[in-house]
Amino acid sequence: MAEFYQHLLNTLVLGGTYALLGIGLTLIFGIMNVVNFTHGALYTVGAYLTYLAVAALGLNFFLALPAAILGGLVLGAAIELVLLRPLRGSDIDTTMLVMIGAGIVLQSGTLWLFGGVAKAIPTPFPEAPLQIGPVSVSWLRLFVLGAALTLIVLTYVLINRTRLGLAMRAAFQDHDTAALMGVNVRLIYTATFAIGSSLAAAAGALLGPVYVVFPQMGGMAELKAFAIVILGGLGNITGAAIGGFILALAEELGAGYISSGYRDAMGFLIIIAVLVFKPTGLFAKAERIG
Amino acid sequence: MTRLAPLAVLAGLGLLPLALGTNPYLLNAMITTGILIIAAMSLNLLLGFTGQLSLGHIAFFGIGAYVSALTSLGFDVDLGFGLRVVHAPWPAAIGFPLAILAAGACGWLVGRLSFRVRGAYFVIVTISFAEVVRLVALNWVELTQGPLALTGIPAFTLGLPGLGTWTLKTKLQNYYLVLSVGTLCYLIVARLVGSRFGRAMRGLKENESLALSVGIDATRTLTIAAVISAGMAGAAGSLYAHYLRIIDPDVFQFSTTVTMVIMVVGGGKGTLLGPIIGGVIFGMLPVALRPVMAPEAQWMVYGLVLIAILFVVPKGIVPGLAGLVRRRAGPAPAPLAAEVHP
Repeated sequence: MAEFYQHLLNTLVLGGTYALLGIGLTLIFGIMNVVNFTHGALYTVGAYLTYLAVAALGLNFFLALPAAILGGLVLGAAIELVLLRPLRGSDIDTTMLVMIGAGIVLQSGTLWLFGGVAKAIPTPFPEAPLQIGPVSVSWLRLFVLGAALTLIVLTYVLINRTRLGLAMRAAFQDHDTAALMGVNVRLIYTATFAIGSSLAAAAGALLGPVYVVFPQMGGMAELKAFAIVILGGLGNITGAAIGGFILALAEELGAGYISSGYRDAMGFLIIIAVLVFKPTGLFAKAERIG
Repeated sequence: MTRLAPLAVLAGLGLLPLALGTNPYLLNAMITTGILIIAAMSLNLLLGFTGQLSLGHIAFFGIGAYVSALTSLGFDVDLGFGLRVVHAPWPAAIGFPLAILAAGACGWLVGRLSFRVRGAYFVIVTISFAEVVRLVALNWVELTQGPLALTGIPAFTLGLPGLGTWTLKTKLQNYYLVLSVGTLCYLIVARLVGSRFGRAMRGLKENESLALSVGIDATRTLTIAAVISAGMAGAAGSLYAHYLRIIDPDVFQFSTTVTMVIMVVGGGKGTLLGPIIGGVIFGMLPVALRPVMAPEAQWMVYGLVLIAILFVVPKGIVPGLAGLVRRRAGPAPAPLAAEVHP
């Protein structure tokens, strides 16, 4: 039973970052109707920014996370302004392919700059794990969980309690009407993509120190984000948050009780199950109109 | 004129080894490019003619490669529950149709699952499917040897009754084998696209509700297209396995799918010649870039080129050129693209 509790605890830590990844992706899809194939690359960039800040610049570990988030925000805004804004109005396939191109540039750029050798990010946390009854958890993982939950709550507040969030929700429902009501939809798109990207970068910055950092790490993260988003329903933010934890649980239990080699296949199994039993996702409300 | 263009391309490709000599490095690049072009043609059938982007196309290619290799190598697998499957090696030529069947069956499965819903689902299901197949190839060591690779895959042996047999060991023989299979695939795609089924595919792409209203079964049409496309990719994979004669889970790299996508989009999706022209350009580009750039920088160039194409010639090179020719010649006969894409 202790083993099971340990899996549950690991699920929480992993699920928090997965939820961040999923929320970022679903936000961009829901509001902009863009399948963001740079999401994984931005996750990688977030991890490498943390590595740069901590290992190369000697910055405080706790400042590295905001730095990575800021980096994701700026890079996301740049991608939107340069690549997506001129393509507004073209079909979803074209933007998808452009995003694939941008993802390749970012990923191979990371490989070019940092080389293919995996890097470890030093952390200020003690090596000895915290023992809570039958389970143990490292201080670093606890910090990751806390930070992820904080960011999820912040995103929720941003979307549901601020004027920017109100405008984003208006653009989500109907961008033409939102524009007529005086919402600067172009600005909302840039903000949305920047925020979604910063969430991916944050997830990378948080999981980077837990594992190691390497240029291809984003590919798998992106697939997981897709699974989470399909599970939660495309464009559904609460669904993505819950979906993140469900995927983490499936992976933990799958790796623990079935086979660790197929841990990363759980996302695909979830996608299949969703498509077979409830194609609109677990938490679908109405289909998006327009 | 338009009828002659494919023949001219075929003649050009047929004579290419004579013009370039038998430099093994160049010939190798041409063979792998040719195999990738076959895969790109199969991808074009989906992306270009039905508008469905398969980002896991490498899965069908890789499945074809593994099925063909395992058919000719034989295996001995314990499935558990006292079930043990032993397969004695068969000739490589039997692996080829089996590869097509297996890949086609996977295409059916993926199509049936993801065409229940429209939109981004097919893309995401195919890309995840490819990753899972890679994981299986990596982890099912008993069958696939995992990262140790399947080695010693025999070359194709062609036999004609009364004329003896040939084993296709040299690069030149393989080049012409790939060219023949590629020509066959081109003819199949051309025939298919011009048929009633082809019109159904394009109808779904242009306006799904309208296509439905005239009685086209959308899910069935899309699934059949996925099966044919996957089978063709499997054929390319089989060629690849018996040419390289070694296969490891790295065949499932996402970057190969991206190369196919660039070939199709760059050449002109929804045109018959697009994947071939695009394939020759982007298949041989690494050969041109290799002396001047590191591989990771080459990939950056690939990404930038993909973006540039979509911004500058969003329809691709072939329709772009056809448009240029049409403007030069005034109201000339129908351009290449119009043949299949009015």
